[in-house]
Amino acid sequence: MSEPVSALQGKSHQGFVTVAEAGPTGMITIRGDLAGKPLARALKAQGLPVPEARRIEQVAGRSIAWMNPDELLLICAHDAAPDLTATLAQALAGEHALVANVSDARALFTIRGGKADQVVMKLSPADIASLPMGEIRRTRIAQVAGSFWRSGPEEITLISFRSVAGYVMGLLEVSARPGSELF
Amino acid sequence: MLSLTCPCCGITAEETEFAPGGEAHLKRFGPGSSDEAFEGYLFARKNPKGVHFERWRHAYGCGKWFLAARCTATLEVFGTYPAQTTQPPAELIAKIKAKRPEWEGWA
Repeated sequence: MSEPVSALQGKSHQGFVTVAEAGPTGMITIRGDLAGKPLARALKAQGLPVPEARRIEQVAGRSIAWMNPDELLLICAHDAAPDLTATLAQALAGEHALVANVSDARALFTIRGGKADQVVMKLSPADIASLPMGEIRRTRIAQVAGSFWRSGPEEITLISFRSVAGYVMGLLEVSARPGSELF
Repeated sequence: MLSLTCPCCGITAEETEFAPGGEAHLKRFGPGSSDEAFEGYLFARKNPKGVHFERWRHAYGCGKWFLAARCTATLEVFGTYPAQTTQPPAELIAKIKAKRPEWEGWA
């Protein structure tokens, strides 16, 4: 099989924090009735919960995020995504639901360092300071849609569409330029 | 700056995260209606100075439509509520009436 190629092939940049494209990452969109039993059962079989509104839950190297009242995003290893998509689709067959492997339609970035917040603060209208651990915030990154969450004590993970990955990387690089710290 | 709270995801965000959708609670006049009714549906808008009910979409967030009551003169937001309603909720109307006694009411 051909090698998976991420949008920027793991490009990274060292500013006052480190910004890096995370390389190939599996992402699966799940749409359906989030309060319904079939979805909960299908996810439970994979050891995953149905997250509460705006939450992102991390279970054994995988994350599942609440994207809107009828959509979840499952983040897993890139090579595991096709099989997981098929398994979930099989479990939800007959339901009004959709499972789609969107791994190669998105780009994932990590912002690591003590001042990681400030890099995102400059780019998004969201109130980063009050963003709690375990909450995913879908918002605007300068001119494009993006979402991010606190994936560690000094780390923010950010998702954008693959088509704008170069633009987002440029934004992050400029935003992390040494000497441009906010405080 | 206008801040709105999306009733679908509960996020309070500023205006640029949303997309405006014009006046809310329009009654559609389609095929079979009179020309005047159709013209009114397409073009006639209240455009008041003061309390206004509008449609908004949380475009950069959860992507869902919702409705908001807002003052067009002061940008005061009285409340937001789900799009699946045919008229403003009674408690919201009561709240607006309490704040703006001179308001002539909805519809």
